[in-house]
Amino acid sequence: MHVLLQVKRSLKLMKRHWQFYLLISLPLLYIIVFCYVPMPGVLMAFERYSPSKGLFGSEWVGLRNFKQFFASPSNTRIIWNTLRIGLYSLIAGFPIPIILAIAVNEVANKRFKKTVQMVTYAPYFISTVVLVGILSQITDPRLGILNKIIELFGGNAIHFMGDPNMFDHLYVWSGIWQGAGYSSVIYIAALAGVSKELQEAAVVDGATRWERIWHVDLPSIRPQIVILLIFNVGNILNIGYEKVYLMQNDLNIQKSEIISTFVYKVGLVNADYGFSAAVGLFNALISIILIMIANAVAKKTAETSIW
Amino acid sequence: MKTGKTEARKAERYIGDDLFMAAIYFFLLVVLICMLYPLIYVVSASFSSPGAVAGGKVFLWPVEPTLLGYQAVFQNQKIVTGFLNPVFYLAVGTSVNLVMTMLAAYPLSRKEFYGRKVVTAIFVFTMYFSGGLVPSYLLMKNLRLLDTRAVLIIPVAMSVWNVIIARTYLQNTIPDELFEAASIDGCSETGFFLKVVLPLSKPIMAVLVLYYGVYHWNSYFNAMIYLKSPELQPLQIVLREILLLGKVDMTMITDVAALEKMQGLSNLLKYAVIVVASVPMMCIYPFVQKHFVKGVMVGSLKG
Repeated sequence: MHVLLQVKRSLKLMKRHWQFYLLISLPLLYIIVFCYVPMPGVLMAFERYSPSKGLFGSEWVGLRNFKQFFASPSNTRIIWNTLRIGLYSLIAGFPIPIILAIAVNEVANKRFKKTVQMVTYAPYFISTVVLVGILSQITDPRLGILNKIIELFGGNAIHFMGDPNMFDHLYVWSGIWQGAGYSSVIYIAALAGVSKELQEAAVVDGATRWERIWHVDLPSIRPQIVILLIFNVGNILNIGYEKVYLMQNDLNIQKSEIISTFVYKVGLVNADYGFSAAVGLFNALISIILIMIANAVAKKTAETSIW
Repeated sequence: MKTGKTEARKAERYIGDDLFMAAIYFFLLVVLICMLYPLIYVVSASFSSPGAVAGGKVFLWPVEPTLLGYQAVFQNQKIVTGFLNPVFYLAVGTSVNLVMTMLAAYPLSRKEFYGRKVVTAIFVFTMYFSGGLVPSYLLMKNLRLLDTRAVLIIPVAMSVWNVIIARTYLQNTIPDELFEAASIDGCSETGFFLKVVLPLSKPIMAVLVLYYGVYHWNSYFNAMIYLKSPELQPLQIVLREILLLGKVDMTMITDVAALEKMQGLSNLLKYAVIVVASVPMMCIYPFVQKHFVKGVMVGSLKG
């Protein structure tokens, strides 16, 4: 009886605002078709998938695709590449926007402040293709300006894009060049909201500028720092594969092959669907576990979380 | 005696603060130079003569200024078509994005929408989990979207992240009382959406146009996967061929003859291409910067 009443009440509420359902129908249809319909496709990871037999007709092979991936040493190297590049990006890339935001926040001269912000945001609007294009132009062993400068100081030209050991540095620092300004926006906005009274009280107490940053500014933007840290930790494995793919060449592939570019090559270039899906699923699972751990740690230690 | 001591400490503090400030300005100046130099160099190189660029004479300003690089760019038929396609993708794609995002954000922002939590959960789940590359590719194949213009528009019709940003904005700017008053006056949900919500959401729509616009202008991966026909390719694919795969069509400039010269010119052409491809976004962005910062802030409220 009680359930029936509840259903009746719900129906009444739905009827009263039926137009909401009309409005959201198209976006919902989009989400279902383009996000949920492909989802059962992860089952390919456990099959010897053949497009002609379909998802439910293909041969079930259990964990064989996963075993195949972990059995080959060249594949474990791909996992290591992914982790190494992801960690390097996080460690080098995470603090810089915070430092930049704090420095910008301290500047009193409005015009200088505006100029710094304008210039540091600009690279964000450059496309990945153009960014990698600039990178390869500037570091070209024969014609690039970087090697001209090195030669000017008596050094030998370095083939940056072809040197596997340079790959990480090029990837990470070009990323910082492009994204640091954009990532600092959120901290600059948060710093603008730090209470003036707190600042003045610190001045009265005789705090130096550095002490004010350390004891007032940083604690005030801690929630933003923690939340972004959680997201970044969760995304360690989700390296910008579009950029990595463009930067790859035969010379640096040993160090530059990462899980997502491997998934693309195996799946769409070699059409080994089941194997590719298994590697992709492995990547996704690790990411979800990472973000859950980061979230749990943040909840305990900083009392901030995304859920 | 005691006051003297505190005075001295105060003075010390001020000197320390001044030094600290100087360090901050110096740091920002270094950042500024590091950010700007590559951009200035690329622009200067694009206006210099091929010989000066190849000879390493260009450091800051153009040397032996010419427009040779730009002539080569605009003589290249591929680049010109490469510019018409993205205008189409940009205009149609961003319009679709805007309509879809607002259609989703508005109901999700109203507490009168029964089932709001369930629908939000359905949306947000897709941010953490997806079917992956291969299943998506097979879906496009089954929907007969492969190698059509629609494949760069329909499968990316909406981003859940942007829906959340827009929803948060609507929740914070359009009070419940307004909706209640309007419904008492007999205004329907759709009427309220068209007459009240849309006019009030101009700032967030500017942010959305910017985000989606940048995406459409700069993306290449979907085009690489889903498109084959050369006449459908967006700008970034053409750029990739020229900048990274070294496929420069030299038939237009064979009269320059010497190979050395051709290599120099192809190098120059790359700089000019970089400039031409980045100029539209670089010109628009200072005007929308204000909105862009706002978008990040709205997004951070809930995130």
